[in-house]
Amino acid sequence: MKRILEVNIGLVYLFLYVPILAVVVFSFNSGEQISVWEGFTFGWYVKLFEDAALWRACRNSLMVAGVATVIATIIGTTAALAIERYRFRFRTVLMRCLYLPIIIPDIVLAIALLIFYVQTAIPVGLISVIIAHCVFNIAYVTIVVRARLQGYDNTLEEAARDLGANEWQTFWRITFPLIAPGIIGGALLAFTLSIDDFVITFFTAGVGYTTLSVHIYSLLKFGITPKINAISTMLLANSIVFILLFLWFQGRTSTTQKQEV
Amino acid sequence: MRRNYHLFVLLFPVVFWLVCFFLLPLVSVFIYSFIERGTYGGVRWDFTLENYRRLFDGLYLGILWRSVSTAFVCTAVCLLLGYPFAYYLARYRPKHRNILLLLVVVPFWTNFLIRTYAWILILRTEGLLNNFFGAVFPNWGPLELLNTPLAVQIGLVYGYLPFMILPLYAALEQLDMSLLEAAQDLGASPRRAFWHVTVPLSLPGILAGSMLVFIPTVGAFLTPDLLGGGKVSYIGNVIERQFKTARDWPFGSALSFMLMGIVLIGTVLYFRALQGSESAESS
Repeated sequence: MKRILEVNIGLVYLFLYVPILAVVVFSFNSGEQISVWEGFTFGWYVKLFEDAALWRACRNSLMVAGVATVIATIIGTTAALAIERYRFRFRTVLMRCLYLPIIIPDIVLAIALLIFYVQTAIPVGLISVIIAHCVFNIAYVTIVVRARLQGYDNTLEEAARDLGANEWQTFWRITFPLIAPGIIGGALLAFTLSIDDFVITFFTAGVGYTTLSVHIYSLLKFGITPKINAISTMLLANSIVFILLFLWFQGRTSTTQKQEV
Repeated sequence: MRRNYHLFVLLFPVVFWLVCFFLLPLVSVFIYSFIERGTYGGVRWDFTLENYRRLFDGLYLGILWRSVSTAFVCTAVCLLLGYPFAYYLARYRPKHRNILLLLVVVPFWTNFLIRTYAWILILRTEGLLNNFFGAVFPNWGPLELLNTPLAVQIGLVYGYLPFMILPLYAALEQLDMSLLEAAQDLGASPRRAFWHVTVPLSLPGILAGSMLVFIPTVGAFLTPDLLGGGKVSYIGNVIERQFKTARDWPFGSALSFMLMGIVLIGTVLYFRALQGSESAESS
């Protein structure tokens, strides 16, 4: 029985990592074919730095993800505070509506926003993409920050208020530092999701406003070159950095929680 | 009074955003699904039920069936691979467990396009799989694997397996081992203890993982598009075509509403099952 489990775990890791490693290995392949090994080169990485369209797409992606993350983090945090700290009418309705954007399929949200933009004559460009990304990012930030708010009791806040702090001071001196790891975790998640998103961007970006994901998609659709392996490897390295950051902040979350106890 | 003011400040942005950029767009899809398509790709504001009638054409019912059955198979395969995996991981030495878990999380955070592309590299006619077997077996005829339903199925399992493993792991890791020991002390065989204690207690994880896999796969657009090569249609691709090439937005809206209906029914069933498993646990 144990043997079967061990074989299964090995096979799953192979299944998860062989494709990713193949992409990394072939990003150093000198041949013109994406999957036939000919020799070692850094050439494709050099080509990346010369690719103006790619850099433009990168810049657009960073801008969209940056602005969407800031907006979604603020709105998601206030939403989480309202849901966790207050009881009000329609609280359950709000919670359901809040999580709906991540339950419904990407493509439905994408075409809904497209129709809405056309009807209201909101021009499709980068701003329309930012608005769209905020819709799903707010939900994710709210989930992460709510989890953090549930993690500690609010006697500290009550104590601060008993000692004469007003609500503004209580928030910035007590609540905010305590939930900050959650907020940063939520922001990192939102940023990653925003950079990775393809479907919603594909429908809500105007012509000429290409993000990195849309750029990669068009490379995949209209002529795959080995350059795609190099782009993929760079993105992979990027996501590993982000996971480590996320885990570091989550780790800080659990140590501060232990200190409270 | 002050409390109300604070609550208003906290709630206003989220309610504004949800109403303007989520609920209103959904209402527009709903309205669009009842109007006629115009001659030159636009729309004509005349009420019609034709878009919904067309959904029941054999062609679209077939596509719908393919999407739903593919999503079911994907969920089942992920569960079969993921459950023993999460079970083993949850019992692993805590010191190395986090590293093993991190290795599951890395694909979860990696760009979905890239992970789908990796399978093009492997499955294409002159791809790694055919090259590998061609080198091992001299008379290996290259298999045409890319642009088939099998390629789509593999890509979907690959894409969503971490979504199954993580909730399963969370459920199995919290499992109280003393319950299993108690079952075995009372004479239950390990197999019986597994089916009567471990599985029921990890049911919330099974349900959550199945939801997280089923919902995105049923409406998947990217995987069928890249690995199916547009040769096999799934509902996500049909919707995309209505908006990008066929320019029949009203019909695309009706299709979207149907897809959303399937997903919402799935979600309601999920919460029912979850409540059922919780009340079974407490009794």
